[in-house]
Amino acid sequence: MTNLLKNIDKGSAQEEHPQVRLYRMMSRIRAFETRAQKLWNHRTGPGPDGEVTEARHMPGFVHLSIGQEAIAVGVCTLLGEKDQIASTHRGHGHVIAKGGDVNRLMAELYGRVTGYCRGKGGSMHIYAPEIGVLGTNGIVAGGIPHAVGAALSSKLLGQDTVAVSFFGDGASNQGVFFEAMNFAALWSLPVIFVCENNFYTEWCNYERLNSGKAIVDRGMPFGIPSFQVDGTDILAVRDVTSEAIRRARAGRGPTLIEARVYLHCGHMEGEEVITGKYRSAEETTSWEVRDPIIQFGSRLITAGVCDQADLEQVRDEEKRRVEESLRFALESEPPGLEELTMHLFADEVNS
Amino acid sequence: MKAYFTHAVRDAIAESMRLDSTIFVFGEDIDKSVLGPTQGLVNEFSTTRIRNTPISEQAVLGAMIGSSQTGLRPIMDFMFSGFFYVAMDQIINQAAHTRYMSGGKVNIPIVIIGGVGPSGQAGSQHSESPHALLMGAAGIKVVAPSTPADAKGLMISAISDPNPVFFLMDVSLSGVSGEVPDGVYRVPIGVAEVKKTGSDVTVVCMTSTVAPALEAAELLSAEGISLEVIDVRTLSPLDTKTILKSVEKTGRLVIAEHGRRICGLAAEVSAFVVEQAWGSLKSPPVRLTWPDVPIPYSPNLELACLVDTKSIVRGVRESLVSEGSKIN
Repeated sequence: MTNLLKNIDKGSAQEEHPQVRLYRMMSRIRAFETRAQKLWNHRTGPGPDGEVTEARHMPGFVHLSIGQEAIAVGVCTLLGEKDQIASTHRGHGHVIAKGGDVNRLMAELYGRVTGYCRGKGGSMHIYAPEIGVLGTNGIVAGGIPHAVGAALSSKLLGQDTVAVSFFGDGASNQGVFFEAMNFAALWSLPVIFVCENNFYTEWCNYERLNSGKAIVDRGMPFGIPSFQVDGTDILAVRDVTSEAIRRARAGRGPTLIEARVYLHCGHMEGEEVITGKYRSAEETTSWEVRDPIIQFGSRLITAGVCDQADLEQVRDEEKRRVEESLRFALESEPPGLEELTMHLFADEVNS
Repeated sequence: MKAYFTHAVRDAIAESMRLDSTIFVFGEDIDKSVLGPTQGLVNEFSTTRIRNTPISEQAVLGAMIGSSQTGLRPIMDFMFSGFFYVAMDQIINQAAHTRYMSGGKVNIPIVIIGGVGPSGQAGSQHSESPHALLMGAAGIKVVAPSTPADAKGLMISAISDPNPVFFLMDVSLSGVSGEVPDGVYRVPIGVAEVKKTGSDVTVVCMTSTVAPALEAAELLSAEGISLEVIDVRTLSPLDTKTILKSVEKTGRLVIAEHGRRICGLAAEVSAFVVEQAWGSLKSPPVRLTWPDVPIPYSPNLELACLVDTKSIVRGVRESLVSEGSKIN
């Protein structure tokens, strides 16, 4: 155990080596998503770890981001609390990376009153203004203009905050994406468009759906500096994002980043019964060796920042944190029936 | 002071902007303002606060939503309400539903302006009246004034309201002038106005059917028929209490709507009156609406869609002669 890590158990994250901190955040997302995956897939019977999961039945359906952690963490850890993000249906990782509380996130997935939205939003509708999350979003590309709007506020109110819009390759074919780029470029708004291109729009390879050579090219007609980056490499993601943030804060307008990445899970849990197998074993394996967390861990060890045992400890701590979030969620109450008609209007007219 | 309808709207925006520097207006050519609600405002507030946007309804409304979450009080002028449909995701999935989905944490304080109804052979797409669709969206307020004074007071209320508010401007009222109080005042959202009290038939009306309803009341009073005329003013949330109270008194209901028939204002008012005041009804509610067609271009057909004084008089007579028919 190196000195760099000695205080992490006490929660004094500031004293943790910044790069280990990145590893920790990625591990937290991974732990959350893999736990959610297991819970979802064994939600109506005994799970592989012997648990009786009936009581743990996870409602709804989930889109997980296993394999995409380097983008969420790479980008969000460069943002301040007042910087805003707009996320997607695959947004748990973004919320966690922006400083989200896994207890409240898990509670929201379970539809509990202690969740981020009192259990009324669910996995695809997480709103957390307290940490600069404008919202995750169940509509593909629906959140892109919200980030542009936050950037507009920043500019018109004379602030120096920036906004990030996360979206996938599917959203790159929505008209509002192009409208938003034009709008942001026109007024030099401090917004960063981060396309997480995981090569599949739902279950269809994006090359069958996208014309042109690459998504990154779509920023060029608007004069938006556009970069393609390896989305499994957190340091590469950070390099290109740092530059984008610097440009945005300096009043030089938007940036488009296409981060190429791969999902180590499906588009959504439970999809197999509908889709069967739609990706080849070769393809899946070729990306598995590029797992962002394993890659980054190796780099930390090679650089002498920490050793394998340290990383294992970080992963264990994050797994425990997520286990605790499950306990928290299951011990929380669902919203009372009186909440059914509450929260529609700020002044509760007719509700 | 006398003012035209659209100028009353404009004055409400200007007076609100003077008091709150976070109010900005966005929309297509709003420095010139085809329908008038922002006409001339650029001279006082410059292009910093009166901002012409690209014709990108989805992105612009989406940006309004994001900006309203982060400190702005944006007003977006869509010009014609037929253009709302371009931005339907942002209107319903996003603006309307965000507060509820967030468990009451996130407010979306935006005002959306749109001209409704035919303005004189503009054809269907520039003559829409989409209030029924908005009324059913859950999470947005919809106001639709019929006089310049209400237009100003409702706009001031809309701007200071913490929820998304649609401000529907009946374009056929643009040239109507009326007495408008000076300064900042509010007409409360969600409160109908009894324009005329009466005892025989309740006529519920909106926007450009209000004046014809009052005219019909005048004509019928010569025959000894007394109409109670209610201008709903707000379509969502509807002031059901005022309507029920009136029907309980008169026992007869005619609804004059500036829009199509199926699932519209008239349908909704009929439904809740039948549910909640069945015992008071002496005859079935009469719905006066546009037919369920897109507004046609040809002037004679366009005119034939609209609810006017004649059709209201006819509707009232129908309500009076159909005594007892509801039980058949």
